[in-house]
Amino acid sequence: MTVEGASRTGHAARALIYLVLLLFALFYLLPFGIMVINSLKPLSEITGGNMMALPRTWTLEPWRAAWSTAQIGVSPTGLAPYFWNSIKMAVPAVALSTIFGAVNGYVLTKWRFRGDTLIFGLMLFSCFIPFQIVLIPMARSLGILGLAGTTPGLVLVHFVYGIGFTTLYFRNYYAAFPTELVRAAMIDGAGFFRIFWRILLPSSGPIIAVSVIWQITNIWNDFLFGTSFADFDSQPVTVALNNLVNSSTGVKEYNVHFAGAIYAALPTLLVYVVAGRYFVRGLMSGSVKG
Amino acid sequence: MGFLSIDNVTKSYGAVRVLHGVDIEVEEGEFLVLVGPSGCGKSTLLNMIAGLEEISSGEIRIRDRVMNGVHPSRRNIAMVFQSYALYPNMSVAKNITFGLEMHGTPKDQREAALARVAGMLQIENLLDRKPAALSGGQRQRVAMGRALVRDPDVFLFDEPLSNLDAKLRVDMRTEIKKLHARLGTTIVYVTHDQIEAMTLSTRIAVMSGGHIQQLGTPRQIYDDPANIFVAAFMGSPSMNLLPARLHVSGQGAVAEIADAEGAPLRLPVRGNFAGWDGRAVVLGIRPEALTDPGGADRAARDVVALRNRIDVTEPAGADTFVTTTLAGRDVIGRLRADAEVRAGQIADLAVNMDKAVLFDPETELRIG
Amino acid sequence: MNAARHRPDRLTRLQSLVPGLMLAPSAALVLLFVYGFILFTIYLSFTDSRILPSYDWIGLENYSKLFRLSHWTTAVVNLGVFAALYMAFSTAIGLMLAIFLDQKIRGEGVLRPIYLYPMALSFIVTGTAWKWFLDPGIGLEHTMHLWGWESFRFGWIKDRDFAIYTVVIAAVWQTSGFVMAMFLAGLRGIDGEILKAAQMDGANSWNLYRRIILPQLRPAFLSAFVILAHLAVKSYDLVIALTGGGPGRATELPATFMYSYTFSRNQMGIGAASAVIMLMTIAAIMVPYLYAELREKKA
Repeated sequence: MTVEGASRTGHAARALIYLVLLLFALFYLLPFGIMVINSLKPLSEITGGNMMALPRTWTLEPWRAAWSTAQIGVSPTGLAPYFWNSIKMAVPAVALSTIFGAVNGYVLTKWRFRGDTLIFGLMLFSCFIPFQIVLIPMARSLGILGLAGTTPGLVLVHFVYGIGFTTLYFRNYYAAFPTELVRAAMIDGAGFFRIFWRILLPSSGPIIAVSVIWQITNIWNDFLFGTSFADFDSQPVTVALNNLVNSSTGVKEYNVHFAGAIYAALPTLLVYVVAGRYFVRGLMSGSVKG
Repeated sequence: MGFLSIDNVTKSYGAVRVLHGVDIEVEEGEFLVLVGPSGCGKSTLLNMIAGLEEISSGEIRIRDRVMNGVHPSRRNIAMVFQSYALYPNMSVAKNITFGLEMHGTPKDQREAALARVAGMLQIENLLDRKPAALSGGQRQRVAMGRALVRDPDVFLFDEPLSNLDAKLRVDMRTEIKKLHARLGTTIVYVTHDQIEAMTLSTRIAVMSGGHIQQLGTPRQIYDDPANIFVAAFMGSPSMNLLPARLHVSGQGAVAEIADAEGAPLRLPVRGNFAGWDGRAVVLGIRPEALTDPGGADRAARDVVALRNRIDVTEPAGADTFVTTTLAGRDVIGRLRADAEVRAGQIADLAVNMDKAVLFDPETELRIG
Repeated sequence: MNAARHRPDRLTRLQSLVPGLMLAPSAALVLLFVYGFILFTIYLSFTDSRILPSYDWIGLENYSKLFRLSHWTTAVVNLGVFAALYMAFSTAIGLMLAIFLDQKIRGEGVLRPIYLYPMALSFIVTGTAWKWFLDPGIGLEHTMHLWGWESFRFGWIKDRDFAIYTVVIAAVWQTSGFVMAMFLAGLRGIDGEILKAAQMDGANSWNLYRRIILPQLRPAFLSAFVILAHLAVKSYDLVIALTGGGPGRATELPATFMYSYTFSRNQMGIGAASAVIMLMTIAAIMVPYLYAELREKKA
């Protein structure tokens, strides 16, 4: 929708609109952009110099340090092992929650039964609960399952609390998928799984992308579950980054912190750049309307 | 016992009953059309024959085999859907043979069947395309191909023409009729369009409110409607229904109504109206029975002439429809196109009473 | 009628079981890990659990203790201030950017992703960036001084009375682009013919927005409100990364309170009680909204 009248609002007003839009672009770019620039400076230029200035000496040393030598907690390992922890946590959790969400969405739209709306409502509400409400019993349960402080434990947590969102995505998507196709396939003799596999899944590319991207973003960026349930050797990168940045010992190596923060942001930013369209769609579906 | 028997079938959703004891016997090769306004239960009934909805009570049999509880794929039926329901990710060929594949038909037989059906429907050149690349009429053909290839006992059509534009609809209608004539298959066809019902069917079931209002040949339904609903629903423009008073004497029966000026108009009616003398009735006159004197059926026994003011004229090319007033109601007449009438004019009209029907205003059932 | 004759055949019975079987694992997981756990936490909030769960019922004592704690009061007041400002600014900025972007703007395709990218970042990254940007010693204030604006002061992040506003700034930075996207989708969904009709009726731009367009954005406003409100109550990571709850307790929120009482101070009963209050707050917002949404869909 575009307001035709806008063309009559005059040049001054349009100039003002562009100015405001550009200022806000600056507002959104500045903190992260400056962080990138300063991650390429030696520490002395940061503490002594102007953050807005370009580096006088360009260096990748902070990036190397943040990746492999920076002190995280008690050991000088850099973020690398924690980065891999995040990958080992995110990949299975994203896959599991997407697969289950797809099947749930399929059942909830094409094989409706009494009480299905209630089940969906319960799953949906689970997307919005403050996770503090489950921290204590979850910690106990992971202990009982022998998964406390492990990556599989985090996979379980993210999988379980991701089901609500993935189900929401697939349900909204499949609700718009013509039920007559399912009926035609039933008459043709295809069963539950074959209808899913041959008829629905081939048309599900966009929503799989939405679900995968949104789950990657959520799980990669999680801090609360990581800090609550991970041990030192299973910490995700967000928790490690926070340890790096907020460690009270030694000189604050800002440039290393920045490089670390960019490492932690890189995978989700990359996903955003490559598939921003699906990211936005996922955000929208988060407000329930599909 | 029919080829397809629908025996006292009901459907309820919770406490709401949407079908009340439907009985239909369909013979092999029949073309049965279920027609009625939306919500009358016609699609529900079709879905129950297909096995897509459960039967609450009663029995559906095909070739004497009870179908209640039988999975849709095991009923040997095929269905053409309103949206065509073509699988978007599959080529036309795959769409047509998917059902055979699911039933484990070997590949060479599938290809032979595909070739036969594609030839019959003249879609050989479309076989590699995806449904998105087809026009509405082509999709319609593919949907029929998918049904034909299975060589089923019964074909089910669920408003298959309602997504096509007017011209194509008429063409496809003819084509479906040709196909039926050629293959002699048994068809159950749902539509809300009474013209489709009239033109295609060998028999029509007019449905309303979950009841079969009348089951009969198109001629019976049109000429001898069982009640006011059927009379009003079938036919376009629909039948004029006028409040009248019946006078029965030794010479026969006369329905009396008022013309535009309020003067009494006495119209002879035929039939057995014993006990109806002096009672109020509803008189039904089809538009084509109210015409210009030159256009009236010369073979008709009772033609009544009248002069009435024409309120509106609607030239439709082949005919001109006029609106005039009888018994205080707007009534529609169908005049020959070359009958010179103008709105506001007092014109000579003729009513062919041979085709007039009478209804009981209380029960709305046909009398006489 | 012979009932046995009408029993669904094996295939039909099998097919009617499968969907339920496929949904069951997810339903069971959600019931246990969400609703079972909620009940367990509610139960704990009525016990004298400290470092470990205990099963000694003490009624509402944790709640009355909680509400007497000045620490909790601070957290709740902070949440009130934070949530109100965060929601107001995010909505205002998001709506403004959406309306401006909707004026046939050249370069919309470049601007939109710039506004939205912070949403892809972790709050820990956002906190790291802003923490330093707002640090008077090396960040914005320092830069202004270097540029010759000696009197420039921006030390909110170190100031007990103002630190909570820095959390607002960083949170608005992260999510206002998302709100923009929601409003923009709403604007683009409005039927153009209505606008043409209004313009023929003589409505000017101001009236067009005030009388025709904004009222039609009601669903977008509602969605934005609900999403922002629940994000506000759940805010935890950002505070940890940006201020750590300080200076002092100046930026403590219920989410950080719950965590520190449960896991650092070993007051699990009180921690559970605070979590229950958080849940209630979110439920009060989300349940009516979700209920209405689901009902709408059914109709």
